[in-house]
Amino acid sequence: MIKNISNLGDAALYCDFGTEVNKEINSNVINYFNNLRDSNFLGITNITPSYNKLVISFDLKLTSFAKLKKQVENLELKKNNNSKNNLIKIPVCCAEEFALDIKRLQKLLKINEAKIYETFFSKNYYCYMTGFIAGMPFLGDMDKSLFAKRLETPRVKVPKNSIGITEQFCNIYTFESPGGWNIIGKTPVDIFDNKKNTEPNLINPGDTISFYPISKLEYEKKYE
Amino acid sequence: MKKNMNKNYFEVLRPGINSTFQDNGRNNFYHIGIPFSGAMDNRNFLLANAISNNAINNPVLEFAYQGPKLKYIGENISINVTGDVNFKIIRKNKNLEFSCYENIILENNDCLDILSTNRSVYGYLSVGGTFEVDYYLNSCSTNTKAKIGANSGEKLEKGQIINLKNIKKILPKNKIEYLNSKIENIRIIKGPHFDYFSKDAIDSFLSDEFNVTKLSDRMGIRLKGPKISNIKNTNIKSEGLVKGVIQITADGDPIIMLSDHGTIGGYPKIGVVISADYDKLVQTPPGSKIKFKEINLKDAETIFKLYEMETQNLISNIK
Repeated sequence: MIKNISNLGDAALYCDFGTEVNKEINSNVINYFNNLRDSNFLGITNITPSYNKLVISFDLKLTSFAKLKKQVENLELKKNNNSKNNLIKIPVCCAEEFALDIKRLQKLLKINEAKIYETFFSKNYYCYMTGFIAGMPFLGDMDKSLFAKRLETPRVKVPKNSIGITEQFCNIYTFESPGGWNIIGKTPVDIFDNKKNTEPNLINPGDTISFYPISKLEYEKKYE
Repeated sequence: MKKNMNKNYFEVLRPGINSTFQDNGRNNFYHIGIPFSGAMDNRNFLLANAISNNAINNPVLEFAYQGPKLKYIGENISINVTGDVNFKIIRKNKNLEFSCYENIILENNDCLDILSTNRSVYGYLSVGGTFEVDYYLNSCSTNTKAKIGANSGEKLEKGQIINLKNIKKILPKNKIEYLNSKIENIRIIKGPHFDYFSKDAIDSFLSDEFNVTKLSDRMGIRLKGPKISNIKNTNIKSEGLVKGVIQITADGDPIIMLSDHGTIGGYPKIGVVISADYDKLVQTPPGSKIKFKEINLKDAETIFKLYEMETQNLISNIK
């Protein structure tokens, strides 16, 4: 539940759910997020869930911190409001030219390539949040044996659709972007489709992701 | 955009440094990583449309530093420029000078040359009519990072055609007397990680001057000044950002998030610029100095009401 609501400037609420990163706290954040999306409280312009915080931006011409805080505090949560969340299967090609950091990871983690992939593909991942760049999902948790630090010097350009891992998290670069995560493969699926005018993002906060390996040939077929 | 399908259009002879179509912004998509975007200087955006007697959220062409040079083909049309902008119209080899904040008639074959913004960053071009642009998720605002909005999410490019529709009859002059106020202090409210910084660091943050660096754009302003030393942790678990948030990087430098900012971030937030000072903030060009002043939420809300009243007064005094 929300531990504290404070103001983030004069046009946003900063709802604090705790300091740890785990699925239980994040599910609370996302439950509030889903309920608030259905609430139609006047003036809300954006709601941003993250690991353990929820930021609610509003239009200062239409409402105020005090008014909206009271509404959020009195919000009646509908239980099981996670029907909106799905299991999504994402194919990943781990061909050498896409797995930019697999050699570094073998050294760093002292595990061979096959074992790294076996461990990675054996788990389902939970989407804590999406953002930073459009549609980028922050997924977790990785198996402890795969916890790896970021690159010391971030890449200036990580190719679009690369799968990256760092510490307990993995993500998918929805656009070519600078980044420091360890790249282990690439998906042919566009996670953010800027041609789609409704629901351009495939993965939403609260969704579960299952990755599965595909060959280079399958990758090329999917790409056509 | 297709060429010459429309009888009223601009041809882009020079695109300018960062010219994009913008409107009031795109609500409700922070949770999938799409920022608000929209015109950086909201007041000058509203004034541009008001002078054109346009709907409040009509698209405008925003430019930064050096604006575009546009050749106009079509029937006579009223246009206006807002901001602190130096521009001219070239008509039959003659240079004609005009002021901002008034309707000007553009004739067939005229060339509108928006030379520069003066000691500021952004300016706006509005037409008595509508730029024909694409909409994405209820807004035409161009976001060049996600490649969405008008012009396929790109800046203006040389040689492209901008079609116009719903051309209005020639409008009255609609002149506004308005001087853009230059920066004094930027007023802020304490952020959620205020206590991550030492007392000395906070004192220095609230009393020293910071330089606006060249690494500033629609996403953010990077400042250089005294290092703001962190006594807790230089990283936090990534969380939601809003425009105007001031993050302190691991190097101790402030970054202020602006309209195209990344939606989440992992640096501690020392403060947030008040809504009423946002337009002034975005207009500070690289090389200027800014100083922060802390105020409380109640004062910020009162100052915003005054700011809103002033905008409405300007609009209602159009004649």
